[in-house]
Amino acid sequence: MTRRTRRQAALVVAAAAALFSTACAGQDSDSEPDAADTAEGDGNGGDTGGGDEPVTIEWWHNSNNDPGRSYYEQVAADFEEANPNVTIEINAQEHEDMLTRLDAAFQSGDVPDIYMERGGGELAAHVDAGLTRDLTDDAAETIDKLGGSVAGWQVDDRTYALPFSLGVVGFWYNTALFEEAGITEPPQTLDDWLAAVDALKDADIEPVSVGAGDAWPAAHYWYYTALRQCAQDVLQDAVTSLGFSDPCFVRAGETLQTIVEAEPFNAGFLTTPAQEGPTSASGLLATERVAMELAGHWEPGVMQGLTEDGEGLGENTGWFPFPEVPGQEGDPEAVLGGGDAWALSADAPDQAVDFIEYLLSDEVQQGFAENDMGLPVNPAASDSVTDPALSGLLEVRDNAPYVQLYFDTAFGESVGGAMNDAIVQAFAGNASPQDIVDATQQAADAEQ
Amino acid sequence: MSNATTRSAGGASEAPPADRSTQDRTPRRRSSRRARQEWRKRAEIVFFVTPALALFVVFVIVPVLTAVQMSVYRWRGFGPLEDFVGLDNYVSVLTNDVFTGAVAHTMIIVVGSILLQLPLGLAVALLLNRKMKGQGLLRTIVFVPFVLSEVIAGVIWFQLLQPRYGVVDTALGSVGLDGPAQGWLGDPDIALWTVLIVLTWKYLGLPILLFLAGLQGIPNDLYEAAQLDGATWWQVQRNITIPLLGPTMRTWAFLSMIGSLQLFDMVWILTRGGPANATTTMVTFLVNEGTNRQNYGIAGAASMILFVIALTMAILYQRLVLRRDTKEAGR
Repeated sequence: MTRRTRRQAALVVAAAAALFSTACAGQDSDSEPDAADTAEGDGNGGDTGGGDEPVTIEWWHNSNNDPGRSYYEQVAADFEEANPNVTIEINAQEHEDMLTRLDAAFQSGDVPDIYMERGGGELAAHVDAGLTRDLTDDAAETIDKLGGSVAGWQVDDRTYALPFSLGVVGFWYNTALFEEAGITEPPQTLDDWLAAVDALKDADIEPVSVGAGDAWPAAHYWYYTALRQCAQDVLQDAVTSLGFSDPCFVRAGETLQTIVEAEPFNAGFLTTPAQEGPTSASGLLATERVAMELAGHWEPGVMQGLTEDGEGLGENTGWFPFPEVPGQEGDPEAVLGGGDAWALSADAPDQAVDFIEYLLSDEVQQGFAENDMGLPVNPAASDSVTDPALSGLLEVRDNAPYVQLYFDTAFGESVGGAMNDAIVQAFAGNASPQDIVDATQQAADAEQ
Repeated sequence: MSNATTRSAGGASEAPPADRSTQDRTPRRRSSRRARQEWRKRAEIVFFVTPALALFVVFVIVPVLTAVQMSVYRWRGFGPLEDFVGLDNYVSVLTNDVFTGAVAHTMIIVVGSILLQLPLGLAVALLLNRKMKGQGLLRTIVFVPFVLSEVIAGVIWFQLLQPRYGVVDTALGSVGLDGPAQGWLGDPDIALWTVLIVLTWKYLGLPILLFLAGLQGIPNDLYEAAQLDGATWWQVQRNITIPLLGPTMRTWAFLSMIGSLQLFDMVWILTRGGPANATTTMVTFLVNEGTNRQNYGIAGAASMILFVIALTMAILYQRLVLRRDTKEAGR
């Protein structure tokens, strides 16, 4: 008896184990995108032009800490006061949580009225599935005001989201450690940069941290070497056609190889996470254990969160752009970047359009900048950025001939993931420059 | 505790199933009553089983079938399933180096866990089975890692194993030794072995506990007889203890195998499948392709392959290894 039970239990365990692993990939395939959001029926579809019927708008954002959180509460309250029939339900979530919940929302078709889009291939997929509202005509004035910044959120010349923060990637460094190593000028060319790495090593300082465990921080190196090696039209063509046959992409990998072979990175960088905890890439920079890190505009904020005094590197924070590489065909001023934009679900009410236009107004973007919530896109708010490091960055961004959206975002998660994976392999010395191109091309071909 | 476990784990005693015998006797007398009773019994079974079955169908069967369906489409997680690709997803999974690597890593962990934990677990169980001071305390301590949440243990080990600043490297440094340059988890050549060691630390408690329980089920007369014959301690272990622990060991190995096939949390926390895919398991591959890259078709195909591998291994093990044990039970 006991043995029989045990045997059956073991069988059940075996079957359940196998089944459960399979079940993990489960999904709800029947959801029709146009059946979305029926619970939001009080939104009256898209035909209310500012009538008096009560409307509830659901707004998801990731400013879940003060001052951002209270600032957005205030902004919503102001809007509600001006539009008494509108109620805004704010749902402020931690960033990663929000992404997970958004994925689930897209799968079920029950997308919040206002949510955040990173643009590129991700947005194109959402548009393709009919989940996102076209704003081209309804928010024409604001789109006009934002100018070229909306490019990353356009699909076939239609605009689907309003970017509110647009940042660029570059090297954040510890000015004190650079001084200690006798480096007076931030490096401008790759040779300068490699010399700086050697100088730091000689001074017994770990030169660079990179969170290759999360893949994308390492991938940014290849994005930048590609941005330097490839001419703008080649890149733009590659982003739309997903073809990577131009030899500049292989050269990008070769430049990356030069960088990796100089061994500038922190010990164990292949498993170092990007931003979690004091031993992450950002944590190592914030706690003065490495001299620099390639990261975006978020870095000072992340470092502040990782130090006990909440100061990050404080006045030792410095920034310089990715160095120029020999034989480059790209514009040396071009920068890699990306940002966040407000997008609407396909059946969001018109009042939601009014509200995100309000979010991009001079007044709200100025407040956004004053609270150090990001790099505002509305030019009227540029002067409101008080942090010296961030305002320097703003200048770089606004002077750049173009801002290349992170490739993984631009290509979408599937191609981007395969590409990032191959780049990390190159960091580990397991992939050649050609392998990166091949892996990316293979994933891109599967996509089409 | 030891009584209950002895019965299920040692399993030498055999009790006749009581309900079966009464049921067999009654119907022989009156067939109409028998039919009614049968019907009633069935209704009872249906009544009690339906809720569990419904849950099982909704949360296991339906998702499995959807995964099968998904595996023949290219689908990114939203919108209708339209892009039928036949078996392409299976081909691309099976020719994917990361997936074959993941299968290899999983098999290394399946085999490695058993090879490491079986002798270690047996040794510790034999030691803890001897009469000594603080026996209960020692048994508890040995079992603690197993009780600890996997995530907590993972985070602690992750910090201990930090290159340069971690406790392990600092301790090695203080006696003049150097850890690996890229750290224990950062070097593709040793990361998998590090993970295996951490897993051994974490799960060693289970074989020890099971073996200890099994040891209680070995009759004392055998030991006495051996002593009378002048057998040494080693001879006793080799000829009496270990053979009689056989069923327990085989069952434990089965559980260990199932656990290794499903390995996810510890790897995800320690390395996320890195460095450079050196520690991917079949399940981290699924999560990466499905949740992270939204290649749900690929993930669906990979999960079907994982299902087949897991089921085949489970059935083979049942048929080949556990056969003797189950036969003894008279089924």
